[in-house]
Amino acid sequence: MKVLVTVKRVVDYNVNIRVLNDHSGVDLNNVKMSVNPFDEIAIEEAVRLKEAGKAEEVVVVSVGASNCQEQIRTALALGADRGILVETDVDVQPLAIAKVLKAVIDQEQPQLIITGKQAIDGDNSQTGQMLAALCGYAQATFASEVDLGDGVATVTREIDGGLETISVKLPAIITTDLRLNEPRYASLPNIMKAKKKPIDVTTPDALGVNVTPTVTTLKVEPPAARAAGIKVESVEQLVDKLKNEAKVIS
Amino acid sequence: MSILVVAEHDQQQVKVPTRVAVAAAQAIGGDINLLVAGEGCQAAAEAGAQIPGVSKVLIADAAQYGHALAEEMAALVVSVASGYTHIIAATTTSSKNYMPRVAAMLDVAQISDIISVQSADTFQRPIYAGNAIATVQSADAVKVLTVRGTAFDPVAAEGGSAAIEAVGAADSVNLSEWLREDVVELERPELTAASIIISGGRGMQNGDNFKLLESVADKLGAAIGASRAAVDAGFVPNDMQVGQTGKIVAPDLYIAVGISGAIQHLAGMKDSKVIVAINKDEDAPIFQVADYGLVADLFKAVPEFDAML
Repeated sequence: MKVLVTVKRVVDYNVNIRVLNDHSGVDLNNVKMSVNPFDEIAIEEAVRLKEAGKAEEVVVVSVGASNCQEQIRTALALGADRGILVETDVDVQPLAIAKVLKAVIDQEQPQLIITGKQAIDGDNSQTGQMLAALCGYAQATFASEVDLGDGVATVTREIDGGLETISVKLPAIITTDLRLNEPRYASLPNIMKAKKKPIDVTTPDALGVNVTPTVTTLKVEPPAARAAGIKVESVEQLVDKLKNEAKVIS
Repeated sequence: MSILVVAEHDQQQVKVPTRVAVAAAQAIGGDINLLVAGEGCQAAAEAGAQIPGVSKVLIADAAQYGHALAEEMAALVVSVASGYTHIIAATTTSSKNYMPRVAAMLDVAQISDIISVQSADTFQRPIYAGNAIATVQSADAVKVLTVRGTAFDPVAAEGGSAAIEAVGAADSVNLSEWLREDVVELERPELTAASIIISGGRGMQNGDNFKLLESVADKLGAAIGASRAAVDAGFVPNDMQVGQTGKIVAPDLYIAVGISGAIQHLAGMKDSKVIVAINKDEDAPIFQVADYGLVADLFKAVPEFDAML
């Protein structure tokens, strides 16, 4: 079967972001950009399916500016077979991304689509579920274990309070949680090989999708800072402060 | 304005986060209806009818809603959505599963995890793990929102007397099937509902050492949490994780033990009223958000703390 994986170019998770002084957004100049960590897990899962002989081809898709090719190359170096970039300079929102991906799925006809459960920039956690809705497919979100069967996938999901196991008919959309797998690092030979793998570039227009946002960001501000606290010298002093100053324990 | 709040419940009781969602609905203003979908959920609907501010409870009691499968829940919500200007749920793993599906079926955006209501179409929400707060305005005819459970004070559980109206089940979508659940029986308060939380990180060294925290938690009536590092190291199960991708908490007192304070962890707890950090590394970032920091070996400090309670 064919597996489609989505990747988003995001600010690296180690970067401490800075809000711009004019409150128009977050400073992205000279900031390290990476594959969204949950998408790395999605790539890893797809590549493992291929290595296990359960998938024939892994196609990786990104929606965004031309520099998203870097993240597609990373996915190719990790073992994906080919890439598709749907290029746009619009700040595409989850519903628009889902519509673009739906158009790609109509062409590619994968049996399984794996996306990250959320991107660590917008923290929306919407795209996979929206894509499932638009395609009329089943969804298995926040997956920590995936077992592919004949026409179905059995997926263990992380839910409040524990785990839940469901089976979904294929084609389906799976979104990855942290514990699904531990992504590998790309080896140098694979990075070199990835340079020769094909990336098709298309546009939302060519796919017939309108990506105009319906949600406008009016401003972006830093969160209210916490007032600096104090260091206590001993456990005794800590207990005293909690009882008599903060009054949070009795 | 006409607002539909989708309830989270256990067929018997409506869960606290739903009353937070009702509080957000009240901040928007307008007529508020509550949808209780489940299997054998009459008791939950009756509990929902007592929530002040709710004018009507819609109950959909059918086998396909017993486990809140996303495909079935979304089909139901969309089937009753007509006439509502806002569809709201508390941010939980359940609503995060079906609400974006609802939004896409209605061809509108979802605004996830709002922390404040500026007006009927303008909301604030955290981005970048809470390191920035975005104010966003939706031009969609229907606003689909999820509400952060710590952002509003929940409305009371009792005092209202809404009518209960049965709605028919939507056609079963039948794309997925619930097989089993492995939910930990809690002897302590739930993390998202606890007024005191004590959390352990990588510094705990192993799962056994969490017993040190259990003893303190029992005395304080606290819930026990963990950092991602502690979960990834296998010390404790994932449902204990506090952070950007785990639970978002804001208790009266949060005690971080052996947690360095990665931004992803801070994202999940920095709205706590009082934060205590116990860590032997005096440069640990957790001290930058702690009201009271104690630089000490946790294996000495925690038992001492325990003994003084």
